[in-house]
Parts: sequence; C-alpha cells; structure tokens
Amino acid sequence: MAEVSVRKVVKEYDGGVQAVKGIDLDIADHEFVVLVGPSGCGKSTTLRMIAGLEEITGGEIWIDGDVVNDVPPRDRDIAMVFQNYALYPHMSVFDNMAFGLKLRKFPKDEIKRRVDEAARILDIVPLLDRKPRALSGGQRQRVAMGRAIVRNPKVFLFDEPLSNLDAKLRVQMRTEIKKVHQTVRTTTVYVTHDQIEAMTLADRVVVMNHGVIEQVGTPNDLYHHPTTRFVAGFIGSPAMNFLPCRVQDGANGGLAVRVTDTLTVPIPAARADRYGAFKGKEMVLGIRPEHLFEYHEQGKPGWTRVDLPVDVVEPMGMETMVHFFVDGAPVCARVDPATHAAPGELMPLTADLNQMHLMEADTGKVV
Amino acid sequence: MADGTSIPIGVMAPGRSAARRGSMRRFAQRRSTVGFLLCLPLILLIAGFVIYPAFYAIYLSMLNKKMTTFVGLSNFTFLLKRHTFQLVIFQSCLFAITSVILKALIGFILAHLMHNIPGKTQRIWRGLLLVPWVIPLAMSTLTWWWMFDPSYSAFNWILNQFGIASVPWLGVGWIARFCTITVNVWFGTPFFMIMYLAALKSVPEQLYEAAAIDGAGALQKLFFVTLPMMRNIIAITVLFSLIVTFADFDIVRILTSGGPQDMTHVFATYAFQVGIQSGDIPLGASVSLFMFPILAFAAFFVLRGVTQRTKEIAT
Repeated sequence: MAEVSVRKVVKEYDGGVQAVKGIDLDIADHEFVVLVGPSGCGKSTTLRMIAGLEEITGGEIWIDGDVVNDVPPRDRDIAMVFQNYALYPHMSVFDNMAFGLKLRKFPKDEIKRRVDEAARILDIVPLLDRKPRALSGGQRQRVAMGRAIVRNPKVFLFDEPLSNLDAKLRVQMRTEIKKVHQTVRTTTVYVTHDQIEAMTLADRVVVMNHGVIEQVGTPNDLYHHPTTRFVAGFIGSPAMNFLPCRVQDGANGGLAVRVTDTLTVPIPAARADRYGAFKGKEMVLGIRPEHLFEYHEQGKPGWTRVDLPVDVVEPMGMETMVHFFVDGAPVCARVDPATHAAPGELMPLTADLNQMHLMEADTGKVV
Repeated sequence: MADGTSIPIGVMAPGRSAARRGSMRRFAQRRSTVGFLLCLPLILLIAGFVIYPAFYAIYLSMLNKKMTTFVGLSNFTFLLKRHTFQLVIFQSCLFAITSVILKALIGFILAHLMHNIPGKTQRIWRGLLLVPWVIPLAMSTLTWWWMFDPSYSAFNWILNQFGIASVPWLGVGWIARFCTITVNVWFGTPFFMIMYLAALKSVPEQLYEAAAIDGAGALQKLFFVTLPMMRNIIAITVLFSLIVTFADFDIVRILTSGGPQDMTHVFATYAFQVGIQSGDIPLGASVSLFMFPILAFAAFFVLRGVTQRTKEIAT
C-alpha cells in the first residue's frame, strides 16, 4: 500500500494535442480516489500514466516515495482492472488470477492460497476451473478484480470497470467494489464518467474537464460547495438548473436576483454580504432540482414562492420530476408524487434559496 | 350431392390440392431451401471439377498400365517397393515439412516486425513483401533458375568476387534440395506473413497491457498471450500450406525436373513423370493419391482442434 503523487503531469500526443495539461494530485495511503469527468477529459489518460501504459510528456509521478516516470508497468507494483476485463481467453479463471504470481515465481502453494482467498472474498470459488467465455459480465468483472487482489499490489487502478455491465449489475458490483476496498484497504484510483459511481465509492472525487482538474473534494463537498459551474452541473442527477440573472437591490434593503421581468427572487440575508459585490453584473443562478419543490404554505426563512408553467411531468414512483422553461432555459423540479402537476398549467413551487449558487457568467466561477 | 360438396372418387379434393400447393410454396420459400438452391451451381461445379476427378483418379489407380484390368492396390504396393519412390516420399516430406517450418518461422518474424512499423510505412513494406506471392510462380522460378545457373549465375558471381569457387547449385543432390526449398520458402513466406499480421492485429491491445501489468516481459507476452491467441490461425495456415506444398509442382519441375538422380522429385513431379511422360497413367494416379489419406487425417485433427479452441476462447 502506498501514496501516489501526480505532479505537473502533462500528456501531449503527436500533433500537439494536450490530453492532460499539468495536473497535480496527491492520493493518501488507503485512500479511494475517483477521477470523474466527461469523455475526453483526460481521466483515463491520467490513470494509464500512473499505470505506466502511457508515456508522460512532462511532470512526475510518484508511487510510494519513488519517481516512476521511467519504470515499466511490471515494476510499479500496481494492479489494474480494465473496462472490458482483459481476461486471457485461453486461460481458466484460476490461471487468469494466478498469472501475475506465476510470472513473479511465487511458490505453487502460495499461489493457490492467494487465489483461493481472493476467490472466497469475491464469491467466485465455483468458477475457478471455467474459461472466461463461460462467465457472465459480472462474473468476469469479479475475476478481473480477483486478478488484481491476489497480487496484493501497492495501488489498484480501475478504468471504468462497470461501464460494460447492465444498470442493475452495475449497482451490485459498485457495492462489491466498496466492500472489497473496505476489506483490503489498498490505495485505489478509479476512473468513471458516471458521477453517481464517483459519489458512492470515493473518499475523494477528482472532477476533470479538458485535461485539467476542476475540483478535488469529498463527495459532499462537491455536491454542496462546487467551485465552478462545470462541477455544479456535472455532480448531481438530475443536473443543477442554471438561469442567467442579475443581482440587484431587493425589498427591505436586501438583495434580489432578477431572472426575468416577471421573476425576481430575494437573496437570503446570510448571503447578502457574499453577493453584494456582484450587484449589476451578469451572473448565473444555480439551483438543484431537489431545492425546487412543491409549494408549502408554511415556509422557512430563505424559501420563496415561484410560479412556473409546466412543460413535462415525469412520475418516477418515489418522486416526480417536473420540467419547465424559464425564458428559454430548462428548469427541473423534484416534487412529491402526490402533488398535482399538469402540462400547460401554472404550478406554484418553493425555491430553497439557502441552497442557491451564484456564478460569474463569463468565468463560471462560483462566488 | 345436390349441395355441391361431394368429391368424385379418385379426384383430389380442391381443399387438399390447395393445401399441397401451399406446403410446396412453403417448402420453396423456406430459408434452407432457398439457401440450397443458391448454392446448387457451386455444388455442381465442385462435383464436376473436384469430386468426379478425385473418384476417377482413385478408379484409375486401381487399373493396370493398359487400363484394361482391375488390379486393386497392387500399384501402391509396387510403388512402395521401388527405391525411387522411397526417395520421392522422403524428399516430399523433407521439402514440405522444412519449407512449412521455415515459412511459418520467417512469416511470424516478418509479421511481428511489420506490426511494429507505423501506419504508412507499414503499408509500403507490406506491399513490397507480398510481391513474391503475387508474381506467377512459373515466372519467378525461371528467374531463380537463372540465378542458380552454374556458369553465369548471380550467386556464383558473388561467390567468385570473394574468391569462393562456383557452386553447382542444381547439379548436386542436397544442394539442389536446398535450392528447391529456398525458392518455395521465398514464394510462400508472404502468405504466412499476411495471415499472421492479420492475426496479430486481432489480438486485443488490452491483453498485452494486462500482461505488462501482471509482470510479463516481451518474451512472456509472446508465449502467454500472442501465441495462444494465434494458435488457430497458425494451425490453419500450417495445414493449408502443408497441403499446397505437398502438391507443389512448378518449382521442382522448372528448377531440376526431379534431378539430379531423382533426388528432388516430389509427388507431383514424379506423378507427372510416371503418368504423363512414361505413359503409365494408373501408376501416376497412384503416386498422386499417396499423400491423400495422411493429409486428410491431419486436416481432420487440426480442424477439430481449431473448432474446439474457437468455442473455448470466443467471447
């Protein structure tokens, strides 16, 4: 087990395309860090550079106190789980898991002990004699994890390991991965484009975009205190609503956010100091769908009523998503399923402005 | 009957006839029937050009020289007792097995080298290395024959430049055998190269990456990933090449005509000599049929192995 440090790492491909633009990241021993971001953001490239499968154009990668820039993958003492499993199709499950140990000339009884132990943890003991072809997607993924576990490496690397599984199995395997990490406690770097996977698995989430790190933090941090519009929009499902707005003077000497000619909402007093400096500037109001819900007569401080025309209603059982358009911008509210909502009607809603975010329109920085 | 539903005896009921027409139509429209009908021209061609000549050759091999009497397997027993034919068996096996091993080995090395050359350059090299395979064999063998000429050949000229005496390339038994094998290897290697290159490209890159992380070096990747993943292609190419090389005619016929002292004869050239040039068609047919059971047996096991492995590793 080890610490991993990525320092000013750059990856530039032929033709000058920069996939990773000088990122810095420190991962502590035993930590589970998830790199998340849209396709092409550089997360997989970063993972592959840590693995040694991609050369580094600039910067340094440290594993367990050593610079490993020029160390081949086999000498980095890492294990990797690939998106499409990368199991050797001609080998049995046992041989797949034992391959790395055989190459490292472990004694036979030690190999058997380790494979049996990993198979027990992953509940694949009955599959040890089968070939990968005879396994389901979930079982193959377990074998791929088993291959990583038996090596007892310093670092586990996961490259979108659940992307090829169906939705139900993905949830199940997510729990398995978390359970395995709780058992073996190996430092883990996990790449995904699925923000729910990132939030549920990670000790810390690293949000990447266009080859740079947008924000690093605990899942709660990212959800409640995003620092950029990109992070605010990427984390959370359904995504945060964004409405162009302007900060202006409100009633009783307070501040208000003017969204349209007919929609102006008061800024809670606690935030007035923070937002005062942006009076008159072009801003973007961000509010999550869960902070826009059915109207309650008995309000709380910071809650305000808004009436919006319903566009689409999506009942989901435990909640209902109601979609609106405000001056051309889509807005989603998460309401109680018992609430009446019909397309075309004006629906009264409560906006919890204690949870609002205000961003600069030009830089996207949350203020 | 007055209601018009009576059916005269011996006449099929209109309903039954319609049902029969319907079932005929269904039969004609069935996918398997349509498939069979579409394949029928090819089946007839194969029957006419492969199956009939094969059975006719078997029939011929069991006749006497005048083709008047059925002699059973005596042509085969007669051949086995002849020293020349024993030489032919030895030379055919030596020629085919050595050539195939060399072609497979060189083809594998070339495919690997090619695989590691970047895109555009690879296409150029691939095209150049395929040239021996696309030139008509008779023509290229004639060129080799000139190069092996004892008095004016390029090879001997080079040797002479280094002060080495001329070599009678096609005049001495073992050297002539070496020459026929060399030309066959030169001609057949591109086929192996292109097949292996295709196989190499089909091995998923992630298997190599997984092996690299598991601790495999270049040789271990070759033995534990590349070769197992290419086993089917290797088996099929070797089998195919073995069959074609055992049946080779052009190279030996043009370079040595089987000489010196029948030391380079292979089944095809010997069959031609015995059957056509010496006018003993039944004996020639026996020679040409000699390897058939062995190759058929080998083909059966190789293809069975291929099918098994395909089932095992298909994802």
